[in-house]
Amino acid sequence: MNAIHELSLTALAHALQTQQLSARQVAEHFLARARQHAASDAPLASDMAPAGVADPAHPSCGAFLSMDEAHTLAQANASDQRLQSGQARPLEGVPIAHKDIFVTQHFPTTAGSKILAGYRSPFDATVVARLNEVGMVSLGKLNCDEFAMGSANENSAFGVVHNPWDHTRIAGGSSGGSAAAVAMGLTPAATGTDTGGSIRQPAAFCGITGIKPTYGRASRYGMIAYASSLDQAGPMARSAEDCATLLTAMCGPDVERDSTSLDLPQEDYSTHLNRDIQGLRIGVPKEFFAKGLADDVRDAVQAALASLVQMGARLVEIELPKTELSIPVYYILAPAEASSNLSRFDGVKFGYRTKAYNDLDEMYQKTRSEGFGPEVQRRIMVGAYVLSHGYYDAYYVQAQKIRRMISEDFQRAFSQCDVIAGPVAPTVAWKLGEKSSDPLSNYLADIFTLPASLAGLPGMSVPCGFGEGHMPVGLQLIGNYLKESQLLNVAHRFQGVSDWHTQRPGSFA
Amino acid sequence: MSSANTNTSALIEGFEVVIGFETHTQLTTQSKIFSRASTAFGAEANTQACAVDLALPGTLPVMNKAAVERAIEFGLAVGGEISERSIFARKNYFYPDLPKGYQISQFEIPVVVGGEVSFFLGDTKKTVRLVRAHLEEDAGKSLHEDFVNQSGIDLNRAGTPLLEIVTEPDMRSSAEAVAYAKELHKIVTWIGICDGNMQEGSFRCDANVSVRRPGEPLGTRREIKNLNSFKFMQQAIDFEVRWQIEQLLDGHKIIQATVLFNPDTGETKSMRTKEDAAEYRYFPDPDLPPLEVSRTWVEEVKSRMGELPRDKAARFVSALGLPEYDASTLTQNQAMANYFEQTVALGAQAKLVSNWMMGELSRRLNAAHLDFDASPMSAPTLAALILRIMDATLSNHSAKTLLEALWEDEGSRGREPTAAQALVDVAIERLGLKQMNDTSALEGIIEQVIAANPDNIAQIKAGKDKAFNALVGQVMKASKGKANPKDVNDLLQAKLAAL
Amino acid sequence: MSLTLQEISRIGELAKLQMTAPEQQSMLTQLNSFFDLVEQIKSVDTHGVTPLSHPYATVAEVALRLRPDVVSERNEREANQQSAPEVQKGLFLVPKVIES
Repeated sequence: MNAIHELSLTALAHALQTQQLSARQVAEHFLARARQHAASDAPLASDMAPAGVADPAHPSCGAFLSMDEAHTLAQANASDQRLQSGQARPLEGVPIAHKDIFVTQHFPTTAGSKILAGYRSPFDATVVARLNEVGMVSLGKLNCDEFAMGSANENSAFGVVHNPWDHTRIAGGSSGGSAAAVAMGLTPAATGTDTGGSIRQPAAFCGITGIKPTYGRASRYGMIAYASSLDQAGPMARSAEDCATLLTAMCGPDVERDSTSLDLPQEDYSTHLNRDIQGLRIGVPKEFFAKGLADDVRDAVQAALASLVQMGARLVEIELPKTELSIPVYYILAPAEASSNLSRFDGVKFGYRTKAYNDLDEMYQKTRSEGFGPEVQRRIMVGAYVLSHGYYDAYYVQAQKIRRMISEDFQRAFSQCDVIAGPVAPTVAWKLGEKSSDPLSNYLADIFTLPASLAGLPGMSVPCGFGEGHMPVGLQLIGNYLKESQLLNVAHRFQGVSDWHTQRPGSFA
Repeated sequence: MSSANTNTSALIEGFEVVIGFETHTQLTTQSKIFSRASTAFGAEANTQACAVDLALPGTLPVMNKAAVERAIEFGLAVGGEISERSIFARKNYFYPDLPKGYQISQFEIPVVVGGEVSFFLGDTKKTVRLVRAHLEEDAGKSLHEDFVNQSGIDLNRAGTPLLEIVTEPDMRSSAEAVAYAKELHKIVTWIGICDGNMQEGSFRCDANVSVRRPGEPLGTRREIKNLNSFKFMQQAIDFEVRWQIEQLLDGHKIIQATVLFNPDTGETKSMRTKEDAAEYRYFPDPDLPPLEVSRTWVEEVKSRMGELPRDKAARFVSALGLPEYDASTLTQNQAMANYFEQTVALGAQAKLVSNWMMGELSRRLNAAHLDFDASPMSAPTLAALILRIMDATLSNHSAKTLLEALWEDEGSRGREPTAAQALVDVAIERLGLKQMNDTSALEGIIEQVIAANPDNIAQIKAGKDKAFNALVGQVMKASKGKANPKDVNDLLQAKLAAL
Repeated sequence: MSLTLQEISRIGELAKLQMTAPEQQSMLTQLNSFFDLVEQIKSVDTHGVTPLSHPYATVAEVALRLRPDVVSERNEREANQQSAPEVQKGLFLVPKVIES
């Protein structure tokens, strides 16, 4: 039998259900791997230094921010009792780790920020609760860019996440910890969030599979808000099949707690995984293959498209003319919403408060300036500016209008094709520190993931090859609203004829 | 300063006073506007502030249907337009009692647009136009007493639903402003959307006050915040007006500011203003899709509401022939209006009922701090009394005596009309109040009085009314008040003419 | 479009972010290059286009859901205040709030 961490989530679930493995065994296995590879398994100190320098001496990758072995093992024991007494739930005993954007009762939640160091939520995020309800065992919380703002996981207050394939490179962001942990086999799967590409891009950079569902399909309750009209939760795992299982548990209406949650019936995303893709029309946006795209990425993606054609799909050239505009539009809307969402971090009710202050105003200013990292502060400033009187119409409202136009462009495209395919990012993962002093260069690299975010469409990243420096390349699939099943189907069929997704970084085999 | 009550638009030292109001009414819902915590008053600090109210990371708002319903009811009551689609917006600013660092309110598109509130100021009917009414959440409270250099924040109140009601700057005196506030208070308590408890902060007014020379554009206004008593409202506005006028006469300009009224000193004082306090960066709240209110829903609420005070008053005027002033007074609250309608339903003449209610009964009830639903004299009893006036059994004078006698009588609390009539009749008999309608006895008295006052006769023949009235008085006295004044008048005139 | 140091200061005040003079200067430079990037949206013709808030509204009406007026949150003060910086007698303590 394969090592436990080599099993797919599906296989692991099966082994547990048939009691070939116990939940305790499985939990101990992953905890040991995390201990071996994680930077720190101790609860966070409240005074961690801000995001630092790449540290090749640490094979850590900095994925986990907090763990609690006793709690994990207690959960595993409880799962074993259920497995033994015929009360097992669908994913009983299968481990999962959560991006530190999701609040959890049993682990601290930091959102990668000093301003929340040590914060304990009195409730679990709905997504976390739903995964608990199908029997999953929590391994801990995973590192991410501060408040999900970043494309490299270089913006966390608790250390940079290194790419498991090459420690001198970024893992991607903002769900860098989640992607790295799955790639390293420290957890069979992880939850992530995607606002502008934060599931798809790190998944691509780390060679794993990830999906962002239609906006509103997964509850945002308990997901610390960055940009309310863009944030979505999604699974990150080793295959489309694994993602389908998790997505089924994660998605569904949360009418009681989230007013933006779509009130549509839950779906089983595994049902149509094996459907034949003969005749499937795959839209290829010409703007996604323009001059900014690196050759190695282009080659890998085109090879993937070729194999889809071999299975009977048909490529259709489509246009998404406002692709480039999605960058300024996103970077106006997201910071605007964020600037307001982050106002609650004021040192009054929870979180960090500065030590020395003479009056209320000083308390606010010092708390926030000391508690927030530079990228967060930049985006808050941008957001406050574009919402202010005199600029609101020219920036915020204008951006929302273009957003509608971008969304309508997609609808036009979907009249000609069933799914849209292209690269996830213009290049493979870049070197640590390469873009950290030039925030704008990070923004520009988001060009292919932003459009689907703005339109609220489901998007996937599927490993499809390797590029420069033997770094993974991801194929992006974008579907129309509520077409997650179709995306997973295409990805699953592709993974049936390729093995990119089964490969692991050398030191973590 | 002129006495404001007689000429409500009087200028003060040549300046016209311009006042607009913003009133925050706490809505009578069980749970908060965006969370399921209780809105009950008086709980221990932060025991009714749930995760959503505290703005804990990851929390989101979910809208309370009853709050929307209350807004619809208000819109109907003031004849405003209920927006089919309205938007919730974030008003961003930092304050410890504002947990999210923004207040969820409505900005560009509120739930109610327009409407008006009418009332009487003295004998003059006034109408104040409403700009809008919108839904928003209340903030928490800061407490200073127990702490040195610190304030304690209680977020129990955070998230309580508010309806903010904004007027045009239509008011021209402090008296008018207070009358408006009282009328608004009546409306919101009548229809049950607000408990009107001003001490508990259920009904809070901000007054925007400015002055100008007539014909000039509007002056710069200052806003007096959080007026929660009618008495203080008038004092505060009066002080502010005087202060502004003095400033202008001294050659200073008025700077826009928010001011607080100090009841102990009777003065308004500017709060520490931050120039950018007005930069709220409003934008539609992405956590809340647009609120849709269908016409069907509005109709359904309307049919459930019962007659609105303004409609009831209008009906009293058109169907019962009451003057507008009476109709307005009688519909000041449900208790009074119900009492009136019950009495009239039993056959008592509307204007008589109105006079007695607004006069004798109101005087006694006000002194005892009672409302008409707790009146020691029931509606059937009043009806019975008035019926006896109508059929000339009682003179007005006797009726007052009867009222006095019955007021404390337990029996007069009775509800059943037949029993009430019996009670009244027995008392009339017992007190000997029956009006003398037997003209032969009256003729006798008149002849006696004429005979006893020969000088008056001469004066009457010379055209002196006073002498005639004196004779009438003597006849009434001789009949111990029981003579019917009209009969006395007619008979006396007839007898004198025959001399 | 160019921001000024004064604007940086004003926005910083609005957002309650404190910056030293060099930090303000640095923020100014960064924000200016950011706004160079986003300037291009101004030239897009959006005449007649309605802003898009909830993305799903592209294809279907998204309206606000209304919940029944029921109290179901009980007193959980202790749990809710477990991460509070300063609490006394159940109240969150802050520097004195001056109101006049």
